[in-house]
Amino acid sequence: MKKLQVLGPGCPKCMELARRTEEAAKAAGGDYEVEKVSDLGKIMAFGVLMPPALVVDGEVKVVGQVPSVEEIKKMIA
Amino acid sequence: MKSEQPQEQEVTVAVTAETSLRPCSFTGRMKTAAAELSAQQILKLTLLALGLIIWYPVYGRLAPFSLWITHDIFRIAPNTHLGDAVSFFFLDIPKVFMLLVLVIFGVGIIRSFFTPERTRDILAGKREVLGDVLAALLGVVTPFCSCSAVPLFIGFVEAGIPIGVTFAFLISAPMVNEIALVLLFGLFGWRIALIYLSMGLLIAMTTGWIIGRLNMERQVEDWVYEIRMGQTPALLQKLTWMSRIDYGLHQVRDIVGKVWLYIILGIGAGAAIHGYVPEGFLAALMGRQAWWSVPVAVILGAPLYSNAAGIIPVVQALLAKGAALGTVLAFMMSIIGISFPECVILRKVLKPRLIAVFIGVVTAGIIIVGFIFNAIM
Repeated sequence: MKKLQVLGPGCPKCMELARRTEEAAKAAGGDYEVEKVSDLGKIMAFGVLMPPALVVDGEVKVVGQVPSVEEIKKMIA
Repeated sequence: MKSEQPQEQEVTVAVTAETSLRPCSFTGRMKTAAAELSAQQILKLTLLALGLIIWYPVYGRLAPFSLWITHDIFRIAPNTHLGDAVSFFFLDIPKVFMLLVLVIFGVGIIRSFFTPERTRDILAGKREVLGDVLAALLGVVTPFCSCSAVPLFIGFVEAGIPIGVTFAFLISAPMVNEIALVLLFGLFGWRIALIYLSMGLLIAMTTGWIIGRLNMERQVEDWVYEIRMGQTPALLQKLTWMSRIDYGLHQVRDIVGKVWLYIILGIGAGAAIHGYVPEGFLAALMGRQAWWSVPVAVILGAPLYSNAAGIIPVVQALLAKGAALGTVLAFMMSIIGISFPECVILRKVLKPRLIAVFIGVVTAGIIIVGFIFNAIM
């Protein structure tokens, strides 16, 4: 199972990334666990200064941007 | 800057190509880079180059185009209120969008060199005054949105950057807005754009310096000092030119997607003012003689929140109707620079006293800028 973490304190961009990540995970059909991380301390522990960010199995894949569902699918594959 | 930050190009090549055969010359590098491009990327680059080539000739023909639409397509007589408003609308819409796309793309590429992480590393260990100046300058080119204000603040504090320097950055980033800068340049010429840029920087630097003097370290919420940053993610350390271009295109899609409605509304309002408000009507209200108009404009502007892109067509129309430049610039800066939602977000990390100082100093700065302009222009 892959663990997807969406880092974001709750801004509109962060919510959009969370929505698209869930959509991508559903469309990809694999075994995914999507977690939203809004605690600033945890976000910053990933070294992210500019949320939103997407973390796949502990590796930061995107920072400060909201990629399209298609792009997210590739990142989590 | 930290010495362990490697040169970006080197890392890219090392990651992608076989390290033993790394070509050192520039052309060699270009060849390796070209060999790695996929057909899709080459197509993208070609289209991009074509777009850049036709941009200027198209931009230069927008004025006749707007008159043609107004008078020949819509058959509105010239020199009427409606005719003025409609031609203003059809001139500004393509003009603003063309400028925006070009500039956001360019700025996007520049920004890919100044990630917040790098900005932080540059600022870490700088003294007050030099730090204030650098922070204000970096604020212009570092990507910033109100949702990243808090993490940035924490990251800066954690890296030991003085609070005044941090504020110089936090003020300059939203206040000297690159969209505003470009629109001012496109609609009013380089002089006003330059004035806006330097005044914004000046306010950011002075405010940073003042807050630094006031020893406000205790006015930051205590938990901020307990946060520990993780390592900078690896993906931010290896950027190829292709990914910089992609980042620029991404920014265009993101920003234009977010602000287009503001722009159309702003240009609509501007067009209405342009066509229907009589010439010189605003001179009494927002003109130079009315000294009180500057503080009133700032106070009215502070709770309003709009995108820079939406406010500038309005600014253009106001100016044309006799409003004084200082008053209008103050109004614009206060709308862009002091935003209520941002203060609410910053409240998480700052105690009320520091927020009050922040708002107070910025407001005062903008009012002073307004007065100076009205006095010298």
